Amino acid sequence: MATASAIDVVMPQMGVSVSEGTITKWLKQEGEQVAADEALLEISTDKVDTEVPSPGSGVLQQILVQEGETVDVGVKLAVIVPEGAAAEAPPEEAPPAPATQEAAAQAEAPSSSEGETPAPAQEPVSEPAPPPEPVAPEPVAPVAEPAAPVVHEPAPVEADGTGERTFVSPVVARIASEHGVDVSQISGTGRGGRVTKKDILAFVESGAQAAPAAPEAPAPPEAPAVEPTAPTPEPEPAPAAPAPPPAPSPPEPEPAMAQAQAELTPGETFEPVSAMRRGIAEHMRRSLDTSAHVTSAIEVDMSRVVEIRKKLKREYQQAYGVNPTYLSFVARATVETLREYPWINGELRGDQIVTRNYVNLGFAVELADGKGLIVPVVRHAEGLNLLGMARSVSEIAARARDKKLLPDDVQGGTFTITNPGGYGTFHGTPVISQPQAAILGTYAVVKRPWVISDDRGQDAIAIRPIMNLTLTYDHRLVDGALAGRFLRDLRERLETWDESKY
Amino acid sequence: MAEKTYLQAISDGLRQEMRRDKRVFVIGEDVGVYGGAFKVTLGFQEEFGPWRVIDAPLSETAIVGGCTGAAIMGMRPVAEMQFADFISCAWDQLVTVAAKQRYRAGTPVPIVVRLPSGGGFSGGPFHSQNPESSFAHIPGLKIVCPATPEDAKGLLVSAIEDPNPVLYFEHKHLYRRLKADVPDDRYTTPFGKARIHREGDDVSVITWGAMVHTADDAAKQLEGDGISVEIVDLRTLVPWDKHAVLASVSKTSKAIVLHEDTHTGGFGGEIAATIAEEAFEELDAPLKRITAPDAPVPFSPPLEKAFIPQVENVAAGIKELAEY
Repeated sequence: MATASAIDVVMPQMGVSVSEGTITKWLKQEGEQVAADEALLEISTDKVDTEVPSPGSGVLQQILVQEGETVDVGVKLAVIVPEGAAAEAPPEEAPPAPATQEAAAQAEAPSSSEGETPAPAQEPVSEPAPPPEPVAPEPVAPVAEPAAPVVHEPAPVEADGTGERTFVSPVVARIASEHGVDVSQISGTGRGGRVTKKDILAFVESGAQAAPAAPEAPAPPEAPAVEPTAPTPEPEPAPAAPAPPPAPSPPEPEPAMAQAQAELTPGETFEPVSAMRRGIAEHMRRSLDTSAHVTSAIEVDMSRVVEIRKKLKREYQQAYGVNPTYLSFVARATVETLREYPWINGELRGDQIVTRNYVNLGFAVELADGKGLIVPVVRHAEGLNLLGMARSVSEIAARARDKKLLPDDVQGGTFTITNPGGYGTFHGTPVISQPQAAILGTYAVVKRPWVISDDRGQDAIAIRPIMNLTLTYDHRLVDGALAGRFLRDLRERLETWDESKY
Repeated sequence: MAEKTYLQAISDGLRQEMRRDKRVFVIGEDVGVYGGAFKVTLGFQEEFGPWRVIDAPLSETAIVGGCTGAAIMGMRPVAEMQFADFISCAWDQLVTVAAKQRYRAGTPVPIVVRLPSGGGFSGGPFHSQNPESSFAHIPGLKIVCPATPEDAKGLLVSAIEDPNPVLYFEHKHLYRRLKADVPDDRYTTPFGKARIHREGDDVSVITWGAMVHTADDAAKQLEGDGISVEIVDLRTLVPWDKHAVLASVSKTSKAIVLHEDTHTGGFGGEIAATIAEEAFEELDAPLKRITAPDAPVPFSPPLEKAFIPQVENVAAGIKELAEY
């Protein structure tokens, strides 16, 4: 039997800090043909919403995770049976005997909520021999929600030591999920020790929920899946902020999003917190808790850049349809400068300092709906000239705004540029995108009276386009002098822009 | 403003509308000379004459059919059934003709059918029923169930104004039992707008008609136990105020639907289903229905007491949910 074995579709890793994803839509139904790389389903995570391409060609035999469900990275979502193998698949796939069927179910417990077998008409009783090999070759994430606080189903609650399982009502489940509370940590006053709405609200208001709420903490089980791929530029999450163990109920300082939810007062309205907003909130808080943020600023005379840009603009737009923005000039000069400042392009990982021979440049982009921010990454930016940089930035920013980013687009950044200057702001202190060491802020180019030296060496006041740049850096790794030198060199590059080089 | 019984409020509202609008007339069995079985129209014939206060033959079909025709011709008839139970005789005229007329021909059918309903005084199986859910199921009919004298007047005026057939369920047990201030001036009480009869935090009781007061007595009893009960008086079942119900359920997360009508197919099922559909994630306990059992209303006073939800039953139900 030349049977190609079944192909598993699994929840992809959408970024180092993402541990789970939600199926938003199946684009193919069971029984439909699907070609390799054809869009198979849409998923949503706190980083990106994206389509997942089919890992192979064949027939979508079975969907294991339905729309709306959230599962951990690595969990099997569907099975594709390759072309030609479909007919023969059942004997191979179908668990031979009821006894072993149990084993099969256990082997892939996390996914098989729908029942695993593709309705085998007859069971090949004749050969009960080969124990059903786990269809999923990769380590399947464990069943029960690991770190994620989302309560999907009644969590067992110990009732007066009898080990009795009591019911988690819909409203309690919802509040638990909204606040990242583990219901089993709460002592219930309802019937049989059930946690009532009042119990959980009191618990949340006491500020005790805190601990296990960090959904970004990489769940231990999935680590091996990522780790062995050794020298790839995939930065592992910094072990800097391990999730604290779930404390029973000591009042703790509130984490980012988990303030006690007070009643609405007149004039106020509630709006649900999106997964992305939750992710941003958690990341911002964690970054401030991790890095020692310090900001230095410098003023740059952009005369030369303005002049060159004016010249290139027409050429770039006519020939390539690309606008050479100020941002692309700054990005280009930044990448050049980072070459000489590896620590600013580096990372503090445990007790090691990581430096790199490449720059993956992140750009903070606001979403089109104005309700979120994402940092897509231009990979190997050190290989791009000004035209390439301008094109990459505009392309990736457009996809970010329209939520069309792919998982790879948001991971592996080594340095980030944020550009709030479009609104005329001239200074800011952005937050570092972890686990990076620094973030560059670029601000509005403004015409200002500027003291220059005239050709006789005398001071004179001229009108010059000035832009402020800030470097916010992790003072644990980067000293003020180093940051100062970096900004000085960056200014130098911009003020004496050498067309032949860039 | 004067203190009036529920019955006086209905009577006053009707009289005011008849004085105000010549198109309004009443028709029913013994509504004229006798003044109505419960004396709601006492003195009406003297004031408005036999052409506007019409004693009809013993035929509910004729009464509702006549009203429908008159309404199509531009009148504003108010029919009285001696007992709500007898409306079944007029089912065809109401359900097949009046309820569909506007859809079929575009002509409004502004009729009001007054329905003295409910039990509690040994009226037996033909004189004690609450058939509101049968008609709530029929598109084209509106259902009104006032619980207070003030609403009795305001909802009657709204019913007369409404261009659709309106079934106005007036609870007989409230007629003379309830007394409260009722504004003298004309006013309307809008349809589809529930009234929070009592505010509370622990359990919502959603009800209408006489059961509002049963629930209120139960809530008072439970005050001592520290249980805070919210009572939502729907006022009208078609249309019913879904938003008010969902808001109350969101607040308390525990809900009882209470009605005097029998259990299966009662309107409480509709409310419970809607809560389950639209407020599932707000619930902290199973929904509970407290209703009459699926049986005819008994004559015997002790049996009738066992049949109609009593304060003790409601209090026990609330307590059970509060402790869940």
